[in-house]
Amino acid sequence: MITLPRYGLIGGAIALLLLPFLPLVIWSVAQSWFFPQVLPDQWTMTHWMQIFSPSSRIGEGLLQSLAIALVTTSLSLVVGLPAGRALGTLDFPGKMVLKLFLLMPIIVSPLATLMGIQYVLIRLSLSGTILGVILVHLMPTIPYMTLVLSSVFANLDLGYELQARSLGGSPWQVLWTVTLPLIAPGVVVGSLFAFLISWNEFLLTFIIGGGRVFTLPMVLFTLLQGGNHGLVAAVAITSVIPGLVFLVFASRALQQNHALGGLGNV
Amino acid sequence: MVGLTSKLSRQQLFQWSRWPTWARAYLLLLPAIGIIGLLFGGGLILACLQSVGVIGILGEAKPSLAAYGAAFSHPELGRSLWLSFYLAALATGLSTVISVGLALLLRSAGRWATIACQITLPIPHLVGVAGILLLLSPSGFLARLLMAFGWIQSDQDVPLLVNDPHNWGVLIHFLWKEIPFITLILLAVLRGMNPYYEHQARALGANPWQCFWNVTLPMMKPGILSASLIVFGYIFASFEVPFLLGSTRPRTLPVLVYRAFTDTDLGKRPEAVALGLLLSGVSMAILALYLVLTAKSRQPYAERGDA
Repeated sequence: MITLPRYGLIGGAIALLLLPFLPLVIWSVAQSWFFPQVLPDQWTMTHWMQIFSPSSRIGEGLLQSLAIALVTTSLSLVVGLPAGRALGTLDFPGKMVLKLFLLMPIIVSPLATLMGIQYVLIRLSLSGTILGVILVHLMPTIPYMTLVLSSVFANLDLGYELQARSLGGSPWQVLWTVTLPLIAPGVVVGSLFAFLISWNEFLLTFIIGGGRVFTLPMVLFTLLQGGNHGLVAAVAITSVIPGLVFLVFASRALQQNHALGGLGNV
Repeated sequence: MVGLTSKLSRQQLFQWSRWPTWARAYLLLLPAIGIIGLLFGGGLILACLQSVGVIGILGEAKPSLAAYGAAFSHPELGRSLWLSFYLAALATGLSTVISVGLALLLRSAGRWATIACQITLPIPHLVGVAGILLLLSPSGFLARLLMAFGWIQSDQDVPLLVNDPHNWGVLIHFLWKEIPFITLILLAVLRGMNPYYEHQARALGANPWQCFWNVTLPMMKPGILSASLIVFGYIFASFEVPFLLGSTRPRTLPVLVYRAFTDTDLGKRPEAVALGLLLSGVSMAILALYLVLTAKSRQPYAERGDA
C-alpha cells in the first residue's frame, strides 16, 4: 500500500511542519546574526541564562502557567466525567440542546462574555487573581473534555459495570476498578486537550488577570512586540516543552480512535 | 422497517416512565452546564446589560443605546467583519480539503503517521507566530536561504509575508496549525469506520474515485463538518495571530474589540462591549446557520433513518 512517492509526500509534509522551528532553535543560541548570514557568527547561551535568572520573571510565568493549567485540567475532568457519561450513555429530552449549549464557548467568540465576567470578578475581588483566571479557563476546557469523554463513554460496554455490580462491587469499587481503567484513554486525551488549551491561553488570562497574573503566553506576547529575537526564541522553545512531555505520555492514548473521534462529533 | 424502529424509539424516549433516567442525566450534567451557564451565559447577559448602560461600567447607570450607535458607525466595522469572515472561511476551507486528502493518504500508514500529525498539536499559537515571524519576515530565515542560493539579490526582493495587506502570514500560520489538527481527527474517524462498505463498493465495480465520492466521503462527512466548525469558530474569534502577524489596516474584528477594550479612554468601554457582542452575535448566527444547513449530514451514518 505504501509506496515510495507516498513516503516522499509524508516526509515533505513533516519537514514543512518542522520548518518554523529551525529559526527558533538557531535564534535561541545566536549571539549576532545579521542579514544575510545563513548561520550566526557567534553563539551564546545568554538567552537561555536569562530565562532562568530571577530578574526576568520568566521562571515565575512558567510556574504560574503550570499551576493554572494543572488545576484547570483537574477541575474540568471532575466536571467533564459526569457530563460525558450523561451525553455518552443516556437518552433524555433536550440532549442536543444541552450538548450544543456546552459546546458554545469553543465555537462562539468569548470576547464579549469576558467583559461581563470581568465586571463580576472585580466585585468579587477575583479579578487579577489566579483563581479568577482558572475559572475563565474552564470555559474552553470543559467543552473539549466533555466531547472526548462522551465519545469514549458511548463506546463503553456498560455490561462490564453491571457484571461488577452483580458480583458485589460497591459503586466506588466499580468506578475505580472497572470504569476508570476502561475509559482511561479518553481521560488522557481530554486532559491533554484541557492542559494544552489552558497552557496556550492568552486573551482570557490577559483580560481577567489584568496584567497581574503572569503566565508564559503573557511573557511571549509582550516579547513578540519588542525586538529581542534571541529571547523570543528561547521563551518560545521553553513554552513547547511541557506540552511535548504530556504528548509523549499521551501518545498511546491518542491511538484510540474513540477518544479523538469524539472531536468530530459536534 | 428502519423508519418504524426509529419512530418507536422516539416514543420510548419521551415516555414519562423514563423520568428516573432523565433525572439522572440532568444531575450528571448539572456541574458542567452550571459552570458554563454561569460563566458563559451569565457573562453574556452582563455584557448585554453593560452595553445598554443598565449596568454602569464606571459606576453610574445611564440606559442608552449610544454604545451600539458608536459600534455600528465605527469606520472600520464593515471591512473588519468581512476580513474576519474571509480569513476564517478561507483558512478553514483550505485546511479541511487538504486534511481530507492527507487523512486518506495516511490512513494505511500506521501508527507513526498519527504521531507525525501530532507535531504541531502541543505547540502554542504564540510559538507558531514567533516561528513564522522569524522564518518569513523580510530578513527572516527563508530570505537568508534564498539569498544564499542566489535566487534573490536583496531583502527587497522577498515578497512581504508578515503584516502584509493580504494576510498571508495569518493564513500560513492557521494552515500550519489546523491541518494536522483536522487530519488527526479525520484519521480517528476513518480508522473507526467499518471498511466493509468500501470493500463492497469496490467489489461491485466502483472505481476508486466513485468509491471515495459515494461511500468514504459520506461516511466521513459528520467528522469533517464538526472539525471544520470548531476550527472556523476558533479562527473567527482568534485575536493573537491576526494582531501579531496580520495586516495593520483593516484589522480583524477581535483585534478591533481588543483595541477598543484596552483604550486608555474608559468611556470607550461600552463601545468595546457592544463590538464584542456583535462579534459573539455573528459567531452564533454562523453556528445556527451551520446547524440548520447540516442537520441531516451531521447524523452518524449508521443511525440515519434513510441509510
